[in-house]
Parts: sequence; structure tokens; C-alpha cells
Amino acid sequence: MSSRRSRSRQSGVSSITDDQINDLVSKLHQLLPEIRDRRSDKVSSAKVLQETCNYIRSLHREVDDLSVRLSELLATTDISGDQAAIIRSLLM
Amino acid sequence: MAVHRLSLNPSSYKTRFTQRFLRALMKINKNKNRSSTSSSFQEIRRGRRRIKIAADGSMASAVGSKRAWSRAMLYKLRTRTRHQAWVRKISTAAKRKRDVGNKPEEELSRTDDLRRLVPGGEAMDFCSLLEETAHYIKCLTTQAHVMQSIADFYST
Repeated sequence: MSSRRSRSRQSGVSSITDDQINDLVSKLHQLLPEIRDRRSDKVSSAKVLQETCNYIRSLHREVDDLSVRLSELLATTDISGDQAAIIRSLLM
Repeated sequence: MAVHRLSLNPSSYKTRFTQRFLRALMKINKNKNRSSTSSSFQEIRRGRRRIKIAADGSMASAVGSKRAWSRAMLYKLRTRTRHQAWVRKISTAAKRKRDVGNKPEEELSRTDDLRRLVPGGEAMDFCSLLEETAHYIKCLTTQAHVMQSIADFYST
């Protein structure tokens, strides 16, 4: 069983251990909003993957809504180079 | 494994994304003003699609070719119709490769969802998928934050 997991899957990667995978999963865990607030260390990796998928989907939806809003706003406004500079300074 | 690859310099990425995105917006804005701006349903849908493509393109090119997901996204944007056939070819070959010595079945079904959500995810091994997902999420949140700021700017 353990030999199956540690077999190399592609050249350049020597062996993927469970620890490395758990490490990556916990990093993903920290990026997710809800679970991070609950500060639980015992979340299963399957749950983290599921929450990650949900989070990515919600981010896609948010960007979609913002695209709609921006396209409506742009239909009535003219962007000039000055305004671009203002926006850039707001964000930096 | 190089763990520091996951680090993302937020301010420099944000700057590059904002510059590219604003430039793209100005170009879209200019083209729109030339033709008649009717707010028909189709015009709005087309405009939304153009902005979404501009946002994704700016995001991917701000990251460059350093990440697999950004490379996949750039390729997808440049070859929109041919990409579908490529994804199908890659995913069947990658699936065969992945099924050898991989995690148990329950994990695989959830990773399939994730693979569809992350650009280029079909062809990645599990570890790369997790790394790319983390980076992708950070970039998506920056993208949403910048777009929100721009929308707020023009709403006032």
C-alpha cells in the first residue's frame, strides 16, 4: 500500500509522501474563508477539497457579477488615461 | 519540494494586473463608443464577456508563464475553439497516468471537480494541482478586489 503511494508519477519528482500532501492541503485550508475562522485543525482533506471547489466557484461568480457591473458602468462612462492613473494610485 | 514557490508578492502582482486590466478596459471602452451603444440584452452579454476575458487575460499575463494554470489560461484564451479538443486529449491521457499509484477513489472524485475548476487542472498530478490551486485562489481574490475597486470608483 505504502509502496503504491510513494511510486514516482513523473520524472523529476522522487516520491510524494502523505506528509507533503497533508502540508499542501493545510495550506489550502488556510486560504479558505470559513474554515479559517473556525480554527479547527481536524478538518479532513476531503472536506478541504470540497470547500476549495465551492470557494473557487463563488469567486468565479463574484468576478462574473463584477464583469456585468463594469460593462454597464463602462457603457455610460469614458475612461481617460488620468482616471486610470487615479485608480492605480488608489490600489497601490 | 520547493515550498516557497507558493509565495506570491501581492503588491507587484496587483500592480501588473491593474495596469493590464485598465489598459484593456480603455480599449474596450474606445471600441464601444465607435459603434452605437444600445443597451440591448445582447450588447450587455457581449460586453460582459469581453470584460471577463480581459480580466482573465490580464490575470494570467500578470502571472506570466511561471505557473501551469496561467499558461493553460493564456493558451485557452488564444485558441478558444481548438482548446476544447486539446483538453479532451490531455485529460484522457492524464487520467490514464493518474490512475497508476494514486490516492483512493473518494479523493479522486473530489479532485475531478477541482481539476475542472482550475485551468490546466486536468493534466496535473495531485501535488501540483494543490499548489496551483492555492496560487490560483490568491490571484482570483486579487482580481475580484481590483475589479470591485474599479466598479466602486465609477459608481460614485
